[in-house]
Formats: sequence, structure tokens, C-alpha cells
Amino acid sequence: MDIIASLGLGFSVALDPINIFYCFIGVLLGTLVGVLPGIGPTATIAMLLPITFSLSPATALIMLAGIYYGAQYGGSTTAILINLPGESSSAVTAIDGYQMARKGRAGPALATAALGSFFAGTVGTLLLAFFAPPLARAALNFGAPEYFALIVLGLLVSIALAHGSILKALAMIVLGLLLGMVGQDIYTGQPRFTLGIRELYSGLNFVSLAVGVFGVAEILRNLENEKGRDVMVKTVKNLWLSKDDFKRIAAPVVRGTALGSVLGILPGGGHILASFASYSAEKRLSKTPGEFGHGAIEGVAGPESANNAAAQTSFIPLMTLGIPAHPVMALMVGAFILQGITPGPNVINDQPALFWGIIASMWIGNVLLVLLNLPLIGLWVKMLSIPYRALFPAIVLFACIGCFSINQNIYDVFAIGFFGVVGYVLIRFGCEPAPLLLGFVLGPLLEEHLRRAMIISRGDPMVFIERPISATLLALALLAVIIAVLPSIRRKRKEVFVEED
Amino acid sequence: MNKTMLSLAAGLMLAGASMTGTAMAQDYPTKPVTVVVPFSAGGPTDTVARLVAEVMSDDLGQQVVIQNVGGAGGTLGAGQVAVAPNDGYTLLLHHIGMSTAPTLYRSLPYDPATDFAPIGLITSVPMTLVARKDFEPSTLPELVAYIKANGENVTYAHAGIGSASQLCGMLLMNALDTQMTTVPYQGSGPAMTDIIGGQIDMICDQTTNTTSQIQAGEVKAYGVTTLTRLGNLPDLPTTKEGGLDLEIGVWHGLYAPAGTDAAIISRLEAALQKALTDETVVSRFAELGTLPVTAEEATPAALTQTLASQTELWRAVIEAAGVYAD
Repeated sequence: MDIIASLGLGFSVALDPINIFYCFIGVLLGTLVGVLPGIGPTATIAMLLPITFSLSPATALIMLAGIYYGAQYGGSTTAILINLPGESSSAVTAIDGYQMARKGRAGPALATAALGSFFAGTVGTLLLAFFAPPLARAALNFGAPEYFALIVLGLLVSIALAHGSILKALAMIVLGLLLGMVGQDIYTGQPRFTLGIRELYSGLNFVSLAVGVFGVAEILRNLENEKGRDVMVKTVKNLWLSKDDFKRIAAPVVRGTALGSVLGILPGGGHILASFASYSAEKRLSKTPGEFGHGAIEGVAGPESANNAAAQTSFIPLMTLGIPAHPVMALMVGAFILQGITPGPNVINDQPALFWGIIASMWIGNVLLVLLNLPLIGLWVKMLSIPYRALFPAIVLFACIGCFSINQNIYDVFAIGFFGVVGYVLIRFGCEPAPLLLGFVLGPLLEEHLRRAMIISRGDPMVFIERPISATLLALALLAVIIAVLPSIRRKRKEVFVEED
Repeated sequence: MNKTMLSLAAGLMLAGASMTGTAMAQDYPTKPVTVVVPFSAGGPTDTVARLVAEVMSDDLGQQVVIQNVGGAGGTLGAGQVAVAPNDGYTLLLHHIGMSTAPTLYRSLPYDPATDFAPIGLITSVPMTLVARKDFEPSTLPELVAYIKANGENVTYAHAGIGSASQLCGMLLMNALDTQMTTVPYQGSGPAMTDIIGGQIDMICDQTTNTTSQIQAGEVKAYGVTTLTRLGNLPDLPTTKEGGLDLEIGVWHGLYAPAGTDAAIISRLEAALQKALTDETVVSRFAELGTLPVTAEEATPAALTQTLASQTELWRAVIEAAGVYAD
């Protein structure tokens, strides 16, 4: 098939004024819900499903897709400005983005996020247009053993997330793994750590945990110091990137995009790893790894690009095979079905205008997002000058509403308060929340894939080294451990040497 | 300024809540009706609910709002409706899980048989037996023989505890008097991914999830669990034709909390029956591979009867399999 002709068809659909209008509405709404802590794209798309009934299928799906990737943009805004990540991907952005904001560099941080996301979005859309079917096929080679190996690798390299004590970071990952255990065991139905509360059967809500340990804990910490809490950031240096900044972000953006694009295609949870993996990679490759955790712009550029690239490429399994990669994509399946289209391998042939129209609209949506977000940076940065006593109660209120709206579960709201206190205690002990969140999101996936691999192999652990992809990934994981341990061995040898001298 | 607005809004909401109790049955409905779907938005049950709710809204002259209360295999949402005010403004749309919950959950905080006032059946979604493309057997009798010969070496995927695919798997193993290795997934999507990818052998799942993959030739299909063949998969034999005694449909029903005024129930029954003859509903259901039930089945009597007989059936099957969700 002629790609150029197909893309032409796509753009003729996407450039229809009505579709541009709804694409804009979608990305605008997405940005807004992304900025409001707690209210994510899942809740928004679910609420808007009835409205899309009256629209044509292409228009409806263009708008819903816009909400999804728009929210990826918006989510990083609160992560950077007030340390409140709305999704697992922006938790990583919060690490260095928030430190940049505290140093008065919120503007460059936001601009980096927007530009990195735009670049990644463009590449992701091109990949979707040119290579979607073969890529989706390749991703199907990933079974339970491969996902298990991938997550092991992800967990091991992500120790780099910590910028303090490695031991404390490990402890936080383990605590996160344990928190991830809460809920019904999917294999046996056995409730674990639910304290007999039926509302906890589905596990703890990620957003509650993130809002608690990042946002509320940070608010509590700020309350300690009466002088510092009137206005959060006193000096805002500049809004735009300097020449030096551009030089620093170029390579991380490209690497983040590559990592994110690859991981986003994997339907079994690869997209979750994208931003974590990119952050770890940037820290390892950096000449000044000490800056990470204290406002390194590379720590914003890489993960933000990775996250947006993964958001785009996670449409690949959906559009070509009808397989949803995560809850938002599952909602998109519902939206397709409500429009009378069953997503599956036939959509590309039966509905070419729809398929290519959505792809073309994604690029247009990314352009709209940059046009929308860059002028808004000044406005967002001004938000930081709102007095603390007004801003923070409002944030906590929005977060509670948002968490409650997802499942109408009051325990999700209780969890915010509980993890706020837990997060504060952890800060006092010098422990960081990012590794905890990593353990929390990856732990259940690790267990799920490990146990599934073992069930399918009928208890034979050799399956992990007999399958080439999983063996390679595990070898890489081993290599990562060796590389991490080597310098300290070498240093010890040197110390020994010095003593002998 | 904002504070006054907020307290004003809160005051209005409280006033609204206290008035609900006084709503008269003959004026019903005077405000939007909430239908609780105990699963997340976008899933098959949610789709059924939204299609029906759209048309019921027109007939009732009030918005019918879908509220997704997911979690604990649908028992959280059902539990909420069980204790909701029985004024007709909070309803439950649930599927076959309504009849399996009393056995799967040994400590269920509500009783499906006594805590609800059934309104009517909606649809029964057929299920299909499918396998990875390169799976050895190619017909239903061959599949039956293969499973009997290979037993636990056959891997069977299902979408989690209490899911329709798990129930169908239990019935299948019962019918064949053999055990397969069952592999749970978190929902139908991931399970289907592994079937298409050839990571796992087979699944029995709703047509909602399998039809497009069967039509595209991504999976091998063996049979449909209904008494007649399906309109959009005319070449697929029924399980009975293939000599397998396995009949199951994922039936959906609409319920109000117990004690709801009889006049309200019959008003809702009429609206439901009207929705089920609506052209859009019929054609969308057809695309999902299912049909709305007849007017005689969209009644409280038919739903009460189905719920009772299905609860009995599943009690035996689930207890034999020894599967529990708590």
C-alpha cells in the first residue's frame, strides 16, 4: 500500500475543520485534566463517552485520543510546579522538574517538557504510520517470561533513581513492592493485606499513593518552616531555554524518544517503564550524575520525551490488532465499539479513512499542544506566586475529587491522607518517594508475569533462559549489576592500595 | 466569593438529597436516573449499558447516567445498589456474575436473590471457543479429543476470578471430565494478546472480544456456545453440532434495590422493553454478536427465574471446581 496516499487520505480527514475543532477540544481538555491533580484521562474519557455518541466515529475517536495524549502534556505541569505527579510516568519528571522549579527555573523545565514531548510525539506518529503492523507483530513475541525479564532489568537499572543512599532506595523499592501486593491475588482470588475491607480488593489506587507521598508530604514539609511558605518560588529567572539548555536537552530527547517508542509498543506494560528507563539512562550517561535529583534539565527532557513517545506508540497494538495496552486504551476499545466499529486487524483495511485520519490527527494534535502550551508557560509559572494558604488547600481538594471520581471509592480518598503522613515520615528519614512508586507499579507486574511464566512452563524455571529474548534481557540485567558493583570494588582495591602505600 | 459559592452549592446538594425520599411514584422520574455498572468503563458490560441507557433516557424523559463502580469482581457496585435508597433513581446493570457471586464469595455482604427487585433481562452474549492459529486440532471434535488426550498440557487462558471466560472454562472441563492448566489474566485484552501471540493455547470468551479476531483469521475458532449459529459468523458451528454439551451465554439484567415501588418497576420495565426494540440498539448488539432478549424475557418474572436457576447451576459447578474469590 502507498503510505503517502494513505497519509494524504488521513490528513484530508484530520484537516476537516470539524475534526480540527474536536482535536483542539480534546487536547485542551486533556491538558486541563492533566494539570488538575488526580483527575486523569481515564476518568475524563469515561465521562465524555456519552457525548461522543452524536459525533461521527472519526471525530469522536480523534477527540478521545487528543484527551489522552493531551493529558500526558498536562500531567508534567503539576509534577514540575508543585511536585504532584498524576501518573506513574510524570512521577519521574517530578524528581528533577520540581527541583528546577524551586530554583526558579520552572519556565525552562516546562518548555523542555513541551518541546521534548512534541519531538517524541512526532516520531511516535511517524512510527505508527510507517511501521505499525510489523511492529505490533514483533511485540507479540513478548510472552510472560520476556516481560518478567524486562521488568527485572527495569528495576535493577532504576536504582539510579535514588540520589542518596542506595540502601534506602532499595528499602523504598521493597516497600513499594509490598504496597503493590495489597488487593486480590489474580491467580487464586485470595485477598492480601486488605484488612477485610472489600474496597481494597482492587488494590491501592496509584493516584492516591502518588498524590500522598509526593504532594501532601511536600505540603506538610513546607508547613514546618513558617517563613518559607508564603510564596513558593520567589525568583523566576527566565521563562525560555538558553542556548546551553538546548545543547543539553538535544541528546536526552532523542534517546528518550527511542526508548519510549520501543517500550510503548509492548502491550504488557512496557509503557510504564519508559520514563523510569530514560531517567536511569540519562543519569548513567551524564558527565555530572551528581546534578540529578537537584534540578538536572536532562532528567526532565529524557523522561518527558520517553513518556510521550510511549503514549503515541501504545496506540500501535490497539490500532493494528485491537489489543488495548492499558486502561485508557481499553476505554478507547469501548469507544470504537460504541461507534459500531470493532477494533481489530481489519480496521486498517475496512476503515482506511478512520485509521489514517486518527494517525494524522495525532500529529496535528501535537502541533496544537505546543501552540497551546508554550504561551501558557508564563501563566503556569505565575501560579506559583499564589499564596501558599490558598493554593495548597485547593490542590488537596482537587486531588481528593479526582481520586474519588475514578471509581467512586472513598478508600481512595482516605489513602491520600494516609500516604501523605507516610510520605512525610519518609522525607524526615531521608527516604525518597520515586523508588517507592517504581516498586509499587512494577511489583504487581513482576509477580504477574513471573507466576504466569511458571504456570505455562509447568514449573520449569529454565524457560527464562531457553527463550532468546528473555535470556538476553536477563543477561543485560546481570551486566547492569556488575557495572554498578564494579566501581565500588575498584575503589576498595584502590583504598587497599593506598593503605599499603 | 468562592467560599460562598461553595457553601451555597453544598447546601443545594444537601437539600436535593433530602428531597429524594418524597418523590412520588406516579411522577417518576423527576430527575436523572443512575445506572451502576459494576465494571470499568469501556468493557463489554459497560457498552451494553450505555447503548440501552441512551434509548431509555428518551423514553423516560430524564437522563439515564452510567456510573462505573468497578472492583472485587462486580460485588462492590452491586453492594452499593443493594443498600441504595429504593426510590428508582439508583439501578444496577449486572451480568452473569450476579448468579456466581454468592458461591464465589463466601462472605458476600448482600444477597442477590433478596436485596434486589429484578426489572428484566437485556441480552445474552454468546461465547466462542478459540485457540492460537497454529494449535493442532482444527475442528471441535478434534479439539475435544485433543484436550482429553493432553489434559494439563493444554493451557487455557481466562480473564480473572469470576470472569465469563473462567466460568466457561469450568463448564468445559466439567463436560470433558478433564483438567487443563488454567492461566488467569487481568481482563480479556491481555488474554487475547497472548492467544494471538501464540503464548497460550485456548480460551472461551464472549463474541464481543473474539469476533473481529475470528473474522481476521488471527485465531482458530471451534464453536459457539449457543443453540443456533451466529449471523456474523455463519460458518462457525454450535457446540451442540460438534457433539459437545456446553451451553453458556453471558446474560445481563437490570435491577433496582429491593422494596422499590411496583409502579416504578413497571415504568422501568416498559422503558427497557422499548429500548430493546430500538433500531440502533438491535444493530449495535448484532455487531457485538448478540441479540436483545424478547419482550417476554425483559420482565421481572423472567429475570427472577433466570437468576434463581443460574445461581443453582453455578453453585454446583463452582463448588465442584473448588474456586473461591475470598
